[in-house]
Amino acid sequence: MNSNIWLLSFADSVAIATTLILAALGALFTERAGVLNLGIEGMLLTSAITSFLVADSTGSVWAGLLLGIILGAVLAAIHALLTVVLRANQIVSGLALVIFGTGLANFLGKPAEGKTIKTTIEPMSFGPLSDIPGIGPVVFGQDIITYVALAIAVLASWFLFRTRAGLEVRATGDDPATVDAQGLSVATIRIRYTLLGGALVGFGGAFHMLGQSAAWHLEATTNGVGWIALSLVVFAGWRPIRLIFGAILFGFTLQLPFTLQAEQITFIPSALMPMLPYLATLIALIALSRPSSRNILGAPKALGIPFVRDER
Amino acid sequence: MSNTSHEVASGPYHSGGAAPSALSAHSVSKRFPGVLANDSVDFDIQPGEVHTLLGENGAGKSTLAAMLCGLYQPDSGYIARNGQRVALSSPRAGLQHGIAMVHQHFRLVDRFTVAENVILGSRNLSFVLDRRSINERVSEVAESYGLPIDPTATVGDLSVGQRQRVEIVKALYQGAEILLLDEPTAVLVPAEVEKLFENVHAMTQAGKSIVFISHKLGEVVEISDRVTVLRGGKVTGHVSGRGATDTKDLARLMVGRDINLGTQRASHPTGHEVLQIRDLSLNVNGVNVLSNISFNVHEGEMVGIAGVAGNGQKELADTIAGLLSPTSGSISIGGATATDRGPIHARELGLAYVPEDRLGMGLVPSMSILDNLLLTRDRHIVVDRASVRPEATRLIEQFEIKANGPDHLARKLSGGNAQKVLLARELSGGRTATKLLVVCSPTRGLDVGAIETVRRLLDDARSAGQAILLISEDLDEIMSLADRILVLYRGSIAHETPGETAQIATVGAAMAGLTTGVNG
Repeated sequence: MNSNIWLLSFADSVAIATTLILAALGALFTERAGVLNLGIEGMLLTSAITSFLVADSTGSVWAGLLLGIILGAVLAAIHALLTVVLRANQIVSGLALVIFGTGLANFLGKPAEGKTIKTTIEPMSFGPLSDIPGIGPVVFGQDIITYVALAIAVLASWFLFRTRAGLEVRATGDDPATVDAQGLSVATIRIRYTLLGGALVGFGGAFHMLGQSAAWHLEATTNGVGWIALSLVVFAGWRPIRLIFGAILFGFTLQLPFTLQAEQITFIPSALMPMLPYLATLIALIALSRPSSRNILGAPKALGIPFVRDER
Repeated sequence: MSNTSHEVASGPYHSGGAAPSALSAHSVSKRFPGVLANDSVDFDIQPGEVHTLLGENGAGKSTLAAMLCGLYQPDSGYIARNGQRVALSSPRAGLQHGIAMVHQHFRLVDRFTVAENVILGSRNLSFVLDRRSINERVSEVAESYGLPIDPTATVGDLSVGQRQRVEIVKALYQGAEILLLDEPTAVLVPAEVEKLFENVHAMTQAGKSIVFISHKLGEVVEISDRVTVLRGGKVTGHVSGRGATDTKDLARLMVGRDINLGTQRASHPTGHEVLQIRDLSLNVNGVNVLSNISFNVHEGEMVGIAGVAGNGQKELADTIAGLLSPTSGSISIGGATATDRGPIHARELGLAYVPEDRLGMGLVPSMSILDNLLLTRDRHIVVDRASVRPEATRLIEQFEIKANGPDHLARKLSGGNAQKVLLARELSGGRTATKLLVVCSPTRGLDVGAIETVRRLLDDARSAGQAILLISEDLDEIMSLADRILVLYRGSIAHETPGETAQIATVGAAMAGLTTGVNG
């Protein structure tokens, strides 16, 4: 067994995990405020193609990243308008967003289908550190966005559990009536974190395009990562730090068939491992729909429920 | 405090030179669609005083309290704080004036700690929370009023009484001088009530004012310095409290016995037992909602279940109807066992059920009167409307339902007419002739004319030999209709009396949990 291949594949897992962390953090912030946004997959696709087109035409990956982030927030704004302001069903709106985002990405990406981008995000170099055998490429060989994503996750945890604003977000997701009784605006809080969540998802989509895929294929670019991100939030119990480990685990299983192939290991069917995250996603969505399991998993109690003030 | 403003208010109890009230309402009125919830109500409270708002459900006491704390704004009249007219545009504005409401349904986040709940919404804290200093501060406030509480405990793990304490500590932490306690004892066990009253005394000693909202006569007399009685949105009396008042006087002011709604009782001897309940208990999520209930209802008899909402009435009705499975005990209808056999079996034994939620549980709002009637009629694969149409037309006439005909949609009916449709369906029998009618709050929300009709229909059904179980929070209704009255208190029968000789004070006391035991 070639340990180098395994180390390299672990480094690749971290790269895949970066997209997952960003997208799942976006979902986590949205859901912590009580809004369920199932549209992540559509938002990722739209942000990915936007970042592709912008980076391709301007030659700047940073401009691509920025536009990707903005598009994520714009699509989230549609969801916020429908579900928070107009109190539409969050599941219906989220699914509509998947369809809309996919269609939009298809439309925008027609001319780019199959093309490869020239400018991509390069891995960072920490000089000799990156050359340390074993841990070098894993810890010091990632691109900057990976480090940024990890920093955001740690910051998110601190924000949610150590600050006044974080307390208010969590309260809004659990018990909006109590927040309302304190004279805080449930709608403002929900819209704010739905948009923040959208921006993070957009960030994830843009990174996925510019840092990982490099080639645009509507069918293959995101490949259901948005759905996996949703299940990741569930399995992480809506906690950002746990989410990091979950993302790496999911990332590892997603890229495992490539490693197995390289290692010529055939006793595990190569199609089986990458199925697992999707299976996990199915289980997570079922768990989300059952009140009893939601409670055990630690879901925000008002997740998916539009807030209407109790008037006589 | 000097009276400088020309808007200085003088409370209804004192004139001229006295200090202005801590908080007062001056002929405030509030109208909701279809109901005048408050009609020129005056109210005032002094520092260090407990002033109770007493009244039945819907008497307007919660509306008045909501206006006093800024949740609602009066349509006319005004609120004054320390004699100065104030506009309380929101609960937050109320809080800025030192007025806080402790709601009957606690506004607490279960997953948060006590301290997190107390500080939620506070604006005068740094962005980054220093848990230790917050915990210390919360403990400090709590202990200064003799309300010891662990700031690090998770609220979801606390008892109801402790949660209420958290709500009170929260109000005090936010600087409340006047606390409005909305039915604070409704959810408490007796020992907790005692503790609450001690806390109330500690707070009034410290100069806080307590507006106590209740319909339980016994505790009102115990805790209040003064009592204002509301009925139908109007003040019906001001009484001084602290044992100086007879609960009978309060009951009369509250219920308004001078308005007699007409007594109707069984005119003939009752027959054999139709409903038999033996040692019925129901445990929901570890709480004993019903415990060891036994009683019978005979042919041609109406048994009334009185009690304050939430003492197990709804669960009792749903259990008899087969919608809930009892934890132990047995139910039989017409001599056949109905225990845990489901709603269809109960109906086959001759049960008819008029639930409290008439458009939610009773009727399908989007269907016509005819289709609603069909729900309990014979089921075929193809709906046979033609065969039921003549009966529907006849029932509309017989029950005086104001509708365009059998195809009139249920949701387009007024509350009274919807109730009549429901009664028509249930009383006329489905596949089985109705032997037992279980009816919950049949006249709630209806106008006087409809109330009279519904009561007459129930009386007619009794005369026709049906056994009726009337479950109602409207004590008046039970007093004037039931042949036998049972009082449900915390899931047990606290009192039983024949309707003929029932005393409102005794029944009211049992409803409030002041007496237990079965006597005539």
